[in-house]
Amino acid sequence: MKFEVLKSSVGEWLKGTGPESDIVMSSRVRLARNLAHYPFVGRASESERSEVEEFLRSRLSKTSVGSRLEYMNLGGLEDLDRQFLVERQLISREHADATGARGVAIDSAEQVSLMINEEDHLRIQCLHSGLDLQAVWDQIRSVDEEIEAVVPYAFHERWGYLTACPTNVGTGIRVSVMLHLPALVITRQIDKVFRSLHKISLAVRGLYGEGSQAFGDFYQISNQITLGRSESELINQVADVVPVLIDYERRAREFLLEETERNVHDQVSRAFGILRTAQTISAEETMQLLSRVRMGVLLGLVDDLHVSDVNKLLVRTQPAHLQKMKGIDLDTKDRNIERARFLRSYFESGSSGEN
Amino acid sequence: MQCQQCDKQAMFHITELETGDVRELHLCEDHARVYLNQAEADSQPEDSDDESGSIGVGQTAKELSEIDQKVCDMCGITFFEFRNQGRLGCPHDYVQFEEELEPLIANIHGDVKHTGCRPNRDKSAEDQSVLPESTEELTSVIGMRKEIREAVEGEDYEVAGKLRDDIKKILHQWQAEETKQ
Ligand SMILES: [Zn+2]
Ligand SMILES: [Zn+2]
Repeated sequence: MKFEVLKSSVGEWLKGTGPESDIVMSSRVRLARNLAHYPFVGRASESERSEVEEFLRSRLSKTSVGSRLEYMNLGGLEDLDRQFLVERQLISREHADATGARGVAIDSAEQVSLMINEEDHLRIQCLHSGLDLQAVWDQIRSVDEEIEAVVPYAFHERWGYLTACPTNVGTGIRVSVMLHLPALVITRQIDKVFRSLHKISLAVRGLYGEGSQAFGDFYQISNQITLGRSESELINQVADVVPVLIDYERRAREFLLEETERNVHDQVSRAFGILRTAQTISAEETMQLLSRVRMGVLLGLVDDLHVSDVNKLLVRTQPAHLQKMKGIDLDTKDRNIERARFLRSYFESGSSGEN
Repeated sequence: MQCQQCDKQAMFHITELETGDVRELHLCEDHARVYLNQAEADSQPEDSDDESGSIGVGQTAKELSEIDQKVCDMCGITFFEFRNQGRLGCPHDYVQFEEELEPLIANIHGDVKHTGCRPNRDKSAEDQSVLPESTEELTSVIGMRKEIREAVEGEDYEVAGKLRDDIKKILHQWQAEETKQ
C-alpha cells in the first residue's frame, strides 16, 4: 500500500536538500486548469463532478506522466489518510475536507501532484526541496504540456486560462517559496519585511497559523497577480526577492550570534531540553521548539543533531503522521502524550531516528 | 482572497490613492459597504464630486442590482451568486460577464490581458479545427446539456437526440474511447 512507502520517507518539502536549504525549505509552482466543457467544480452537479474525475483520470492515463503517478480517490480514503496527505503538502486542506468526487495523483518522489476537483478541475503542483524554481517550472511546464495535448483546457484569447476564481485567471500560476526565518522573527524584523513584500504585491503567509503569528517561523512567499505577466516574469518576481530575504535572515542570524550569543544559546538549549524531556506536548509547541533547535543546529550551537533530524521530526510529529506511525486514532490529549514519548525516544536513541 | 476585516470572501478590491501612496483593500460586501460609505462621508465636505479619493467599484447601488441579475447562458449562474461566492460558474462567465468582470480583474491584477503561455496549438494541430482561438465552442456544450435535460423533461426526444449528436461532434477528438457520452 502506498501509505507504507510514504510513511518511511519525509516527503520532498522536508528533505532538507537543494540550494540554500538552511533557509529555503521548498520551492513550489501550482497551475490551475479547467476543462472547457464542464461547469467549474463549485457549480457542477454531483454527476458532472464524477464525469470530470472520470474524464481526467482516463485522459491522464494516456500520458507518460499520468502513468507514472499513483491515483488516490480521496472520497474513498479515511480522514486520517487525507490529513496525512495535507501534512505532506500533496493536497490542500480544502481538497481534503471537501465532499464529492475528487482525487489526487502523486509520483513516488512526491514532487508532482495532480489534484482533481479541487477548486478547479485540475491543479498541477510541482514541489522541490530548497531553492529550485527554474527546475520546478521546467518540470511543471512539461507535465502541463503533456496533459494539454489530451485535455481541452478552458482558454480565452484575452483572459488566458480560465479559472473558477478571477484571482487565478490568466496564467493560473502560483509560485511559492517556503522559508525558515527564525532570526528575523526573534529580532522582530519580520513584519517590516512583510510590509515591503506586500508593496510589490507578493503574498506572505505562515505555514501554520495566521499572518505573522506563524508557528515555527515558516513563511511562504508567493505571487498574487496571475494575469498580464508571463509565467517567467511571475516566477522571477518571487525568485528575485528570495535572495534578499535569505541575506536578511543570514545577517540576523549573525547578529544574534555576535551580539546575544549567550541568550540565543540559552533559548536553543532550553528548546532542546523541553523536546527531550516533555511528557506531553502540543503540535504547535513542538513546531516552535523545533524551529529554534533547527536554527541552533545551523548556528553550530547544538551537538550531535543534524538538520535532517529536525526536518524529519517536523513532519513526523504532526497529528496524522503520529497516528499513522502508532497505527491508531488518538484524540488531542493522547496525541500530545504520544508526541512527547516519540520525541524522547528519538533523542534517547541517539537520533539514529529509525523508529 | 479573504476579506481583510473578517473571514468572508473578499469581493471588492479597492485601490486607494493617497498622496502618492497606493493602498490595496480587499473587502467582503458588508465591509466594502461600510468602507465606501465612510470614504464618501469623508470626502463630501470638501468635494461633492465622486472622483476624489477612491477608485473603487465605481457603480451605484442601482447599477449594481441590475448587474446582479445578469445570468450566464451556459451554467445559469447569476452575477449576484458570483459576487456572494467569489467563484464563477463556468468558463463562459468570462465572456458573458466580461464587462462586469473587467474592473474587478483590473483591480486584482492591475491588467486585463493575458500574456503568458497558451495551449500549444502547433503540436496538436494536425487538422485546423483542433483548437479554436478560444474554447468557447467546447464550453457551449454546458448549455446544450441543460437543453437536453429540458427536452427530455418535455419528452422532446428528437431534439434531445439531435443535441446529443451535436455534442458528440463538438467533443469528438477529446472523447476518450472508453467514456460514454
Ligand atoms: Zn468582511
Ligand atoms: Zn456560466
